[in-house]
Amino acid sequence: MLYRETGQFKTSYAADMAIFPIRQDRIALGALLIFAFVGVPALDAFQVWPFGGEYLIRAILIPFLILSLAAVGLNTLTGYCGQLSLGSGAFMAIGAYSAYKFGTGVRIPLEIFTIDIPPLPVFWCILLGGLMAAFVGILFGVPSLRIKGLYLAVATLAAQFFFDWLFIRVKWFTNYTSSGSVVAPDLTFFGLYVNKPIERYMLCLIFVTVFALMAKNLVRGNIGRQWMAIRDMDIAAELMGIRPLYAKLTAFAISSFMIGVAGALWAFIYLGAWEPLAFNIDRSFQILFMVIIGGLGSILGSFLGAAFILVLPILLDQVPHALGIAVSVETVSLLVFMVTGALICWLLIVEPHGFARLWSTGKEKLRFWPYPY
Amino acid sequence: MRAPSASDIAAGEILLSIENVSLSFGGVRAIRDVSFDIKKGEVRAIIGPNGAGKTSMLNVINGFYQPQHGRITFKGETRTKMRPYDAARGGIARTFQNVALFKGMSALDNIMAGRTLKMKRGFLWQILRVGPALTEEIEHRRRVEEIIDFLEIQAIRKVPVARLPYGLQKRVELGRALAMEPELLLLDEPMAGMNLEEKEDMSRFIIDVNDHFGTTIALIEHDMGVVMDLSDRVVVLDHGVKIADGTPDAVKANQDVIDAYLGVAH
Ligand SMILES: Nc1ncnc2c1ncn2[C@@H]1O[C@H](COP(=O)(O)OP(=O)(O)OP(=O)(O)O)[C@@H](O)[C@H]1O
Ligand SMILES: [Mg+2]
Repeated sequence: MLYRETGQFKTSYAADMAIFPIRQDRIALGALLIFAFVGVPALDAFQVWPFGGEYLIRAILIPFLILSLAAVGLNTLTGYCGQLSLGSGAFMAIGAYSAYKFGTGVRIPLEIFTIDIPPLPVFWCILLGGLMAAFVGILFGVPSLRIKGLYLAVATLAAQFFFDWLFIRVKWFTNYTSSGSVVAPDLTFFGLYVNKPIERYMLCLIFVTVFALMAKNLVRGNIGRQWMAIRDMDIAAELMGIRPLYAKLTAFAISSFMIGVAGALWAFIYLGAWEPLAFNIDRSFQILFMVIIGGLGSILGSFLGAAFILVLPILLDQVPHALGIAVSVETVSLLVFMVTGALICWLLIVEPHGFARLWSTGKEKLRFWPYPY
Repeated sequence: MRAPSASDIAAGEILLSIENVSLSFGGVRAIRDVSFDIKKGEVRAIIGPNGAGKTSMLNVINGFYQPQHGRITFKGETRTKMRPYDAARGGIARTFQNVALFKGMSALDNIMAGRTLKMKRGFLWQILRVGPALTEEIEHRRRVEEIIDFLEIQAIRKVPVARLPYGLQKRVELGRALAMEPELLLLDEPMAGMNLEEKEDMSRFIIDVNDHFGTTIALIEHDMGVVMDLSDRVVVLDHGVKIADGTPDAVKANQDVIDAYLGVAH
């Protein structure tokens, strides 16, 4: 079937405002979701190639989903609201350690009385992890009202280093384990014990689908327009009654919430046991690169970017291998750096809106193909 | 709504008055002790040579610049300075001399953004985008489509504004201001850089807005023909000083104005 709008007349504004107004897009998305929710478990159950063993799900799909969520989170802030952040790693860490503390019981002895919260169910821990990150995100968002661009990026970088330091030095966060590494509580969700990789995958899929949908709703609604207005021309936005304080802080809150949840999922579901290094500055850059490569200001782009950044090292490792060329591990990681770096430079020069824009330009051409207009 | 006639305006209610306003940037005195008023329903032109302080005056009116001296009375409320948010709330909208659209957004989204203050649903509703939030979005979309029809820009509603030619960008910017359903519309050189045909279209839109919606308009314009045709009253600034104020004909005959435009030394 051709990719056409012809014959798809919209008879109401509601139809024109649907999440994917073009029928072919809706079919494609539906197919993708069915594959993710039904196809993958089925293929896994029958151990069809490439689902043999657990490698694909455990080492590729789960991290892909979680980091996509983090990228969606960063994209709402940086892509839609125009506030550059280098602190994603820190916000993931806040989500992870908050979830850990709520999962193992929070005990704060004060002068007069002791705050004592018993261990909470994992599901709530993950959401609380997101909420704590949102709270800190709002605090760090306040300076964004005064400082912009690169200066703000430096402030978020400071946040990154501060939280790296905090989670290493303040032993309370790691429940005084001698090594500083901690183990996630058992994953029981509403009475269901989630353990097998496919179960973990489904859990992540549900989280990511729900949050990506929410993000999509926000960016195409009134708040999303306020974010973009602030990003594109803050003075004109202010003169129209858009309050920079409200727009920026909601962007920081939503973004940090999603990144915090991603951090909690990363720790509990992907890693299982972790140390502060898991959320250092490298993680921040990794997520930023996903957003830049995938496309600033695109939810779909966040997923494309995450897929690319995760699959690239595997490809660079496997392809020479398959061709019978011996490549050392160091060379592969060096190649990854070079390819990512070169690609980012190329994109920043040629197509600042990343893969998502290349994709939509392609679609636009296709709509009129074979006519040039 | 019926457009007020000239005599209505002469007797009319004052919507905005500027009293003894002075504004300077360091040593540059952009506005010096200027007073004038704008009456409900009129088209008030602000003219003057380059650097006269016209744009600065609009910036004072909607709170982007804060004057050092003077008072501003809008809808009966007097203050020493406006705040941008209060101005927008109170019903002041504007367009800019150098188009200030939201470049990354479509024409439709730009105009929808003008509805921000009218949209009430909080973000928990918007996250779900069901029920009241969806109804609200559709209702405002309908209003915005009326503006799109009025400005005859149906064909470009989904196009990112950065890709539009200059004349259309100016039109979208007018649409964005109209979406606020302003009581006072400030237009900073809406026809600069346009060809004759585009100027005629834009003049027609301005007249229609003033006639049909009864919107009061403050208009900065260099094209004297346009000013004479559109405006009810004209205020003339030169080097930050008000040198004339009156009907287009009176102002055209004023010797100070002629001197200012011909560059006679003071
Ligand atoms: N933000 C600012 N900082 C410093 N000086 C300014 C600023 N804005 C305006 N000025 C100065 O104030 C004076 C009046 O400028 P303004 O832009 O109001 O003139 P104008 O009448 O709109 O001129 P034009 O017809 O060229 O648009 C100029 O001398 C200008 O340099
Ligand atoms: Mg000007």
